[in-house]
Amino acid sequence: MFFDIVMPLLAVSAYVFVYQAIGAPEEYVGFVVMGGAMTAFWMNVLWSMSSQLYWEKEMGNLALYVMAPNSMMAILLGMALGGLVATTLRALAITILGSWLFQIPYQVTSFWQLFLVFTLAMIALYGMGMLFASLFLLLSREAWHLSNLAQEPVYLFSGFYFPIKSLNFWVAASASIIPLTLGLDAMRQLVFESGAALGFLSVPLEIGILAILSVVFVTAAKYLLAYMERLSIREGRITESRR
Amino acid sequence: MTNQKSKIFNLKSLVPDRQTFTRSFRMAAWLGWQIESNWTDPFLFAIYSIIKPLSGAAILVVMYSIVSGGNFESPIFPYIYLGNAFYMYVGQVMTGISWAIIDDREHYKTLKYMYMAPIHMPTYLMGRGVARFIVASISVLITILFGVAFLHIQIDLAAVNWGLFFLSLFIGVIMLAMMGLILAGITLMLANHVWFIGDATAGALYLFSGAIFPLDVLPAFLRPIGFIMPITYWLELLRRSLVGSVAQAFPTLAGFSNAQLLYILIGLTIVFGVLSAVVFHWCEFRARERGMLDMVTNY
Repeated sequence: MFFDIVMPLLAVSAYVFVYQAIGAPEEYVGFVVMGGAMTAFWMNVLWSMSSQLYWEKEMGNLALYVMAPNSMMAILLGMALGGLVATTLRALAITILGSWLFQIPYQVTSFWQLFLVFTLAMIALYGMGMLFASLFLLLSREAWHLSNLAQEPVYLFSGFYFPIKSLNFWVAASASIIPLTLGLDAMRQLVFESGAALGFLSVPLEIGILAILSVVFVTAAKYLLAYMERLSIREGRITESRR
Repeated sequence: MTNQKSKIFNLKSLVPDRQTFTRSFRMAAWLGWQIESNWTDPFLFAIYSIIKPLSGAAILVVMYSIVSGGNFESPIFPYIYLGNAFYMYVGQVMTGISWAIIDDREHYKTLKYMYMAPIHMPTYLMGRGVARFIVASISVLITILFGVAFLHIQIDLAAVNWGLFFLSLFIGVIMLAMMGLILAGITLMLANHVWFIGDATAGALYLFSGAIFPLDVLPAFLRPIGFIMPITYWLELLRRSLVGSVAQAFPTLAGFSNAQLLYILIGLTIVFGVLSAVVFHWCEFRARERGMLDMVTNY
């Protein structure tokens, strides 16, 4: 609980106090809490999804996974579902605690759209995680550093702590390739009173793009995973462990 | 029992002779540098040292510019920016020293051999932090240069109090090393969640040390935590030495002179130094007793 909930909450609180120090409008506090809760999903995808096959390789389990009578996609899907449930609970706890601590008012305009946005964002995000996992199949120690490298830039470009609309249009559009960018933007529009005014694109358009991203990432993950598996077997990387 | 206690609290045994100190520190610093820098080509290493810190700083810059409409002249901006830049040392040095335990025990599985080698363990761990200090220094320098070049951070090189700056930096790095040693000791004792303890502590101190906002913004009941942390005074001294008028624009520590802040920093560094020696020695003793020195919890 301490590491999964209290620690992210401390980071969220730091950004909330920055906004308070510079006299930001109240709604930004809500934006930060929601962004802070969603970081849990990005961390989960990065460290427990993308890097998972790298960890398994380091521990010597990867060859067993490949030999097992099931597809790698099925294993990753199981991991995704397990990770998603646990991370959703963490994100919920952060949201509830953050909302209580900072007295954040919510005004949900459409529950079904909110559910749809969240579901699509998660399908696309974990599809992206599977896609990355296939790349990480080939990597050794670099996987750790690449995951480390991908944290802060994504926090920045996906607008975890501020509305993505604040960035240049083309920067925001490019960042939309990461499903959390549009997912977060749409969710903020749907749950905060001033969210729509600070939104990047309209919610229906964001839902449409997220649906496309979901299909693209999951399909691409399936083919790339099969390709990388063949490649890594051919190159003898499956059992490789560089310490 | 008395014999054991006297072993734990025999602080004299914590101070190495000059030869052991030099050997342990020099070899550990070289080893640390090899580990930190040999995993990739210099180009990727440079990207890793630049993109990550600049992205962290850019989040704060964007947050600030959205609210202020791009008014970078306000004193709060350099306060936030410089505090965040120098805070990179906290994450790198303090966490780096405790990570040496995780690396050696879990990853390379060499910690038991380190304990058999004729080295002084606390000195070895601090030596391992040197590489992190160098990487952090590059990141801090680049972040500040970026701020000066593109974000109107006004640093007048002629007006900088260089003596105070380097003295504060030196004492601060020692202080962070001592805090890292405490974390290293705790890491020795833990089986679970050891990966997060450094980041967790750095994250908590980020909130309480006035790194990115004046302590007055914190609720009154949380402020005392910031006041007992040496990092609070260290960051204030660094800010004052670089942009004196800006740092003193905020009331939290305005009542203290530079000399007073320096004395507080030195005093707290000594306190943390003694504390780190006792804590590390005790944790080390307990870890030996419980057979945790070569424990592997699956890296």
